Amino acid sequence: MPNRALFLKLLSAAILFGAWEVAGRIPVSFAFPTFLESMRALFAMTLDGTIFTAYAETLKPLAIGVAISAVLGIAIGLWVGLSNTFDWLFSPIFIVMQAAPLAALIPLLVLAYGIGLTSKVLVVCIMAMPVIVLNTSGAVRNTPESFKEMGRSFLASETSIILRIIIPAASPVIFAGLRLGISAGFIGAILSELKITPTGVGDIITYSRSIADYPSMYAAIFSIILLAVLFLNLLEKIEVTLFKGNQRDYVSN
Amino acid sequence: MTMSQTKETLTAAGAAEFESAVSARNISKNYGEVEALRDMSLEFPRGQLTSLLGPSGCGKTTLLKIIAGLLEPSSGEIEVNGKRVTGPGPDRAFVFQDFALLPWATVLRNVAFGLEMRGVAASEREARAEKYIKEVGLAGFENSYPHELSGGMRQRVGLARALAVDAQVLLMDEPFSAVDEQTRRKFQEDLLQLVQNENKTFIFVTHSIEEAVYVSDQIAILLPRPSRVSEIIRPSSFRNKGVDNIRRDPEYLDIVDEIWASLRSYVE
Ligand SMILES: Nc1ncnc2c1ncn2[C@@H]1O[C@H](COP(=O)(O)OP(=O)(O)O)[C@@H](O)[C@H]1O
Ligand SMILES: [Mg+2]
Repeated sequence: MPNRALFLKLLSAAILFGAWEVAGRIPVSFAFPTFLESMRALFAMTLDGTIFTAYAETLKPLAIGVAISAVLGIAIGLWVGLSNTFDWLFSPIFIVMQAAPLAALIPLLVLAYGIGLTSKVLVVCIMAMPVIVLNTSGAVRNTPESFKEMGRSFLASETSIILRIIIPAASPVIFAGLRLGISAGFIGAILSELKITPTGVGDIITYSRSIADYPSMYAAIFSIILLAVLFLNLLEKIEVTLFKGNQRDYVSN
Repeated sequence: MTMSQTKETLTAAGAAEFESAVSARNISKNYGEVEALRDMSLEFPRGQLTSLLGPSGCGKTTLLKIIAGLLEPSSGEIEVNGKRVTGPGPDRAFVFQDFALLPWATVLRNVAFGLEMRGVAASEREARAEKYIKEVGLAGFENSYPHELSGGMRQRVGLARALAVDAQVLLMDEPFSAVDEQTRRKFQEDLLQLVQNENKTFIFVTHSIEEAVYVSDQIAILLPRPSRVSEIIRPSSFRNKGVDNIRRDPEYLDIVDEIWASLRSYVE
């Protein structure tokens, strides 16, 4: 079974890359390189080390922003989900944050925090945190009443009910929020490098576009997507090991 | 028990013939506008199984949850072994209609949940959980997850969880309503065994007349609007005739008919 899943993943990747190659060869646009050209560029960047120096730069705001969003987002989400007062106080902020057009906020952030790391981390957080908070709080609020009742009737303390019942019950939706939030965080990291100051991977994209080196530009874009996919797969592995029985819901009688 | 009469209203004399493990005194419960229970009093004899029987919506679950300490009555009080109930306690364990098993936990962890909450050490609670898993007939499924079990097996897990904490009073809310008919019959037979072997008081909610008559020492018939105990029936003669003969016993059939006669006017 896992081999079959892997096979399907590889197959869908092959179809995607095949289509890319074909589209590049037609070509749909002079600015759209083929898959192989892009891979060659990526290989070259790997050999001369540009890609590593670029990621050393890009991963800083990304890692800090994603870590803050995950920890703080889940904590605030739990808090909001468990308390009606905090729901009333915080939920609107995150709903607005999720809906706000980020491009319009970036000039304000730059004005307030300059063009350094702080602004970039904030962009990542603004992208990643709302969905993590909203998913967590929603899942916590939707814990089946009968689970909580069961806990109380078997003398679980408030803390035990939160740790042993509410959090595990909410975990699938929390993890779904983490996946969405982290994907958005990756977008945020690149966006901040394109909109604030061109550094890291954003710099490769901006620079290679300015000199019409499209294979390098797409190689950079491809690499960030690849990284995001790998990271999300890792997250899925963590979830599966932590909460085994949650994978499938009850079968019907 | 020498009583051969099948029916008696709850009088002071009737109530004094046995020792009560649980007493409900003048319980009322309102959900906002909805009056679920009004001034309900009922005694639950120790070591026996009492059924709460009535059409759905008449407040059976509400009464059971008040006894469990999961709901506060609007007025009135519950006493368990002479002590007033203010919340859930170690003297009562609940079996839920929808099983309420934790899907991320194995059968073993689910059964041990109550012990875990009581702070029993891991090795001891696992040993005790294993014993009760065997007792309900689920040996070999200790490491399965609830989604891998049938409805009947899940309710056995729920039952083992309640038995494992060794409470004197077992509260069961339509425990067999979500399992198929064959499994249900087996459950009813097992329940009779359980009542005989374990020295516990059972309070059993059902909407099935046959089920109530089959398993109960005492049946409280609840009627809706306003909710009240309309009568108490104590089947007596067929209890020791063996599980196979009960459903053919004339008294069994009479009681079923009699209950249906008094309930039919409340069913459209
Ligand atoms: N949480 C609640 N809020 C409002 N009304 C409720 C609630 N729970 C039960 N009720 C009402 O109280 C009455 C009794 O319910 P319940 O005890 O569940 O009955 P039963 O278990 O006999 O079917 C019903 O009319 C039901 O609609
Ligand atoms: Mg009910």
